[in-house]
Amino acid sequence: MATSSERSPPPFPDSEDQDVLDTEEVRGRDSDEDEDLFGSPSTSPVTGMDTTLTSDVSMKPPSDIMNDPLIEPMSSQTENKPASEPSDDFFDLTNNVSVVAAAATKSDDFVDILGSETGAQRGEVVKADVTVEATIDKSEVTAGITDPLSQQEAKQTSTAPVIDLSGDSQPVTSKIANPLVDLFSDAPPAAEAKKPSSANVDLFDDEEGSDIFAEPLQTKPAKQLQKSLFGEPDEDVFGEPLGAISKKPVPKEQKEKSVTTKVTAGGPLQDSKPANIFSQAAASTPSVTSTVNSKSNGVHSEEEGDIFAAEATVELSLDSPRNERKKEAIAKPSAPTPTSLPAAASLTKPQPPALEELEEEEEEEEEDKFDIFVSVKDPEKIGDGMNAYMAYKVSTQTTLPMFRNKTFTVRRRFSDFLGLYEKLSEKHGPNGFIVPPPPEKSLLGMTKVKVGKEDSSSTDFVERRRGALERYLQRVVNHPSLLQDPDVREFLEREELPRAVSTQALSGAGFLKMINKATDAVSKMTIKMNESDVWFEEKLQEVESADQQFRKLHALVESLVVHRKELSLNTASFAKSAAMLGSAEDNTALSRALSQLAEVEDKMEQLHQEQAANDTFTFAEMIADYIRLLGAVRGSFDHRMKAWQRWQDAQSMLQKKRETEAKLLWANKPDKLQLAKEEIAEWWVELHRWGAGRGVGRDGRIALAAWC
Amino acid sequence: MSIIKPSFKNTGFNKLCLSYCQLRSVSVDLNHDASLLIDIPDALCERDKVKFTVHTKTTLSSFQKPDFSVPRQHEDFIWLHDTLVETEDYAGLIIPPAPPKPDFDSPREKMHKLGEGEATMTKEEYTKMKQELEAEYLAVFKKTVQVHEIFLQRLSSHPVLSKDRNFQIFLEYDQDLSVRRKNAKEMFGGFFKNMVKSADEVLISGVKEVDDFFEQEKTFLLDYYSKIKDSTAKAEKMTRAHKNIADDYIHISATLNSLAADDMTANKKNLEKLSDLFEKFRKVEGRVASDQDLKLTELLRYYMRDIQAAKDLLYRRARALADYENSNKALDKARLKSKDIPQAEEHQRQCLQKFDKLSESGKKELTSFKGRRVVAFRKNFIEMAELEIKHAKNSVTLLQGCIELLKSN
Repeated sequence: MATSSERSPPPFPDSEDQDVLDTEEVRGRDSDEDEDLFGSPSTSPVTGMDTTLTSDVSMKPPSDIMNDPLIEPMSSQTENKPASEPSDDFFDLTNNVSVVAAAATKSDDFVDILGSETGAQRGEVVKADVTVEATIDKSEVTAGITDPLSQQEAKQTSTAPVIDLSGDSQPVTSKIANPLVDLFSDAPPAAEAKKPSSANVDLFDDEEGSDIFAEPLQTKPAKQLQKSLFGEPDEDVFGEPLGAISKKPVPKEQKEKSVTTKVTAGGPLQDSKPANIFSQAAASTPSVTSTVNSKSNGVHSEEEGDIFAAEATVELSLDSPRNERKKEAIAKPSAPTPTSLPAAASLTKPQPPALEELEEEEEEEEEDKFDIFVSVKDPEKIGDGMNAYMAYKVSTQTTLPMFRNKTFTVRRRFSDFLGLYEKLSEKHGPNGFIVPPPPEKSLLGMTKVKVGKEDSSSTDFVERRRGALERYLQRVVNHPSLLQDPDVREFLEREELPRAVSTQALSGAGFLKMINKATDAVSKMTIKMNESDVWFEEKLQEVESADQQFRKLHALVESLVVHRKELSLNTASFAKSAAMLGSAEDNTALSRALSQLAEVEDKMEQLHQEQAANDTFTFAEMIADYIRLLGAVRGSFDHRMKAWQRWQDAQSMLQKKRETEAKLLWANKPDKLQLAKEEIAEWWVELHRWGAGRGVGRDGRIALAAWC
Repeated sequence: MSIIKPSFKNTGFNKLCLSYCQLRSVSVDLNHDASLLIDIPDALCERDKVKFTVHTKTTLSSFQKPDFSVPRQHEDFIWLHDTLVETEDYAGLIIPPAPPKPDFDSPREKMHKLGEGEATMTKEEYTKMKQELEAEYLAVFKKTVQVHEIFLQRLSSHPVLSKDRNFQIFLEYDQDLSVRRKNAKEMFGGFFKNMVKSADEVLISGVKEVDDFFEQEKTFLLDYYSKIKDSTAKAEKMTRAHKNIADDYIHISATLNSLAADDMTANKKNLEKLSDLFEKFRKVEGRVASDQDLKLTELLRYYMRDIQAAKDLLYRRARALADYENSNKALDKARLKSKDIPQAEEHQRQCLQKFDKLSESGKKELTSFKGRRVVAFRKNFIEMAELEIKHAKNSVTLLQGCIELLKSN
């Protein structure tokens, strides 16, 4: 588990805390990045961890907020403006309640889009909920604060002045804004993505939100979110200001001030929320993307990617709670959500299973909508002798806004593909995701290629592998969460990739991996998990038997291919022989007939060969893919079991610590008592982290359901 | 249409009794002479022995009855063939090749293997495999009967050979011919004779050919024989490959079926369809294999043997030629020594006569053989092409139907 490292990304500690509130939901989706972190917070809300979490959130948000406003100016002003106008209309039309609903509707769309994105986003979503509640609470308090925002709105409406303002603000903000901007750049694509998904819109038709959706503006969703956060009164103001902010620098400054004022008035919690909101707004601006690479923050590009994802997720998260609400609302035709405050409160807690189901559905829908095609072409041998390797051209065609270009091509070698898998499986495997496995390394096949024999078997091998790699990549990008992974994007986009060392079978890393695998196998045998979930038990059996059958089928198809090749060979030799016979025949007519027979047999030989190739590439390879996938599915079962075991460990440990605490309490030793309390808190977190691990099971279930 | 009931004892096929419609002989086109009609309507397979019922219908006065049937075994056929070959008077004729010994070893062996591998297969799979083997066995049996029948029909349609006394006895004698099997010495003798013959062939190949026709025929037949032998082997392999594919289809179909049984999702139907498709494909592929075997491989195999018979004729003629040359030399010697001249002259005259007679009938035989071969090839190729087209069309409709079904799901 690389959890510790994952947690480290500084910008998102908030998210963890927030996650706590929405724990269940988080579990479902957070798997991508900080699952562990998220998981722990998720359980905590019940216990009262919330308060601590919230405090954390408050700590960080201010900075975020600051950044956000700056970023907003950076974003293209022109684009935002048109968007902002419609949004304004929206606000006017809708009552506070309606606004919330609208936000919720938007959020739903977002969620769908985001669903494709990694679990990290989900976690953030949770945060958003938390913040929403907090904001709501404080929004009442901060009514006065909202006023400045309203002023901003006024400014926005008068576009000309705004422009002036923006001009001023930009120079100041530019430096600070850049890193943030990069982060936010990710968000806009998400927003765009949301738009296409119209399915949700239908659900929300009743509400005004649908109108908003209809309008293509990216900024709107962000605005709505902000509004919702701030409570009803604020919503109107904020929504407009956000749009305005992104467009115009001056409003931004004002906003910053307002934010700060709010912070002071409302407390840290509020601050954190506005920051998120801002970031979202910033994200909405499409211009930012170009600067993604800049590492001004000192954070690596990958991390930036994460940050982006996180921000994007924030938007999502905001949406998601509302979505939940809406779902509830949908469930109960009673409709419009109650006043924003209660609604917000209700949002965080309910998180019913229905949501999860909906999310699943959404995920599936999204998969269909993914507009990205990866092809692997032109295998090329590079180098000579045993150091030779095959390089493949990886071309991506996409209309997804998260990529900078519509088409791009990079060269990758086989070990890069394996390296990608290693990274993905390390990150996502423990979350119960089924990470599509790449084709296995084949020493024999590769050696043949290396030796440079230009015979059919080596070209056959390369072609097979090429096909397998293509399908593997396509599966990865079709996975809504994996597509969001920065490593995947890097793999597809970046020119140069650091060499993946650990994939070499004979390297030290490979050796370590083998040892790890062995210990895993042992622990698997020793763990006796009394399966409480009948569903999983059944699925496991199903997978096992399917695996067996597929293996058998694969062997059979392989033998069919062998026989077909034999047939083609025999047909060829018969054709030759018939041609000879024809030449020996002294009857002209019969001689011609025989040579014609030879020709026909020759053509048949070609056909048989083609058929054999088709059998191999479309049938046998497909089955082989599924065998590998089944292996991955079993892997996720193992992860689930491991998570369960750690959870058990944590539970018993906590029990022990509690006992010692009780003893100490009895003995009246305050100094040690403090220590024990800390320890208990520690183990409590641990317990919930692994308790969240049970979420892995749910993820696995979702993935399985999708797979089946 | 004749009915054949093979029964297989002491094999995996325990008393397998099958009846089927026998196809008319395929490999030879015979100008049927209504005066003597022969067929084998019935055959019984017991252990290694196959008992054929030879049925004759005739208007010839040399037979006592116009319609009669006699039981005959494979060995009787061989005996008939050997006596014909050894008859001096028929040296100038192409003696129809003897039918090959019935060979049920390969299906039997496969049956055995199948029994061993039963545990690894599903019941359904096993049943199908067994059916497939039974069909294969039946095909072998059918072919065996056919070649024996063809042998007799060739004899009956031959103007000279149909008058042969031994042939008539073979057809008419209603008791068991009880031809004893060749004993070891005879087997060895046959083998030795073959050796001598091949050595002799090499020796007399030095003799200068006097007739262009025979010179050409000889080179043609030698060349043709090696080519057709090669083609036969290749065609056999090809047919077997088809058969293997058909067998693969059985297993794939069965596995898909069991996958479908485990599958509870919407995919279940697709898998079932696919399994069904493979099952149907299996049948088509099986037909392709058996038709190819019957129309192509059997044809080639038969003519391979026929050409061997023609080559034997050429050998006999070449032998006669060599004898004639020798007698000429002997005559010269005798004249030189002025001793035994009339005997040598007589011998030389006889040799010449024999050689001329052989050449004359050989020429006739070879020409008719050529015509016969062309006609038979033509007929079989047409039939084969028609069948192949039929099967290909079947496959296409099967595939199209399957695609439709899958799409409509």
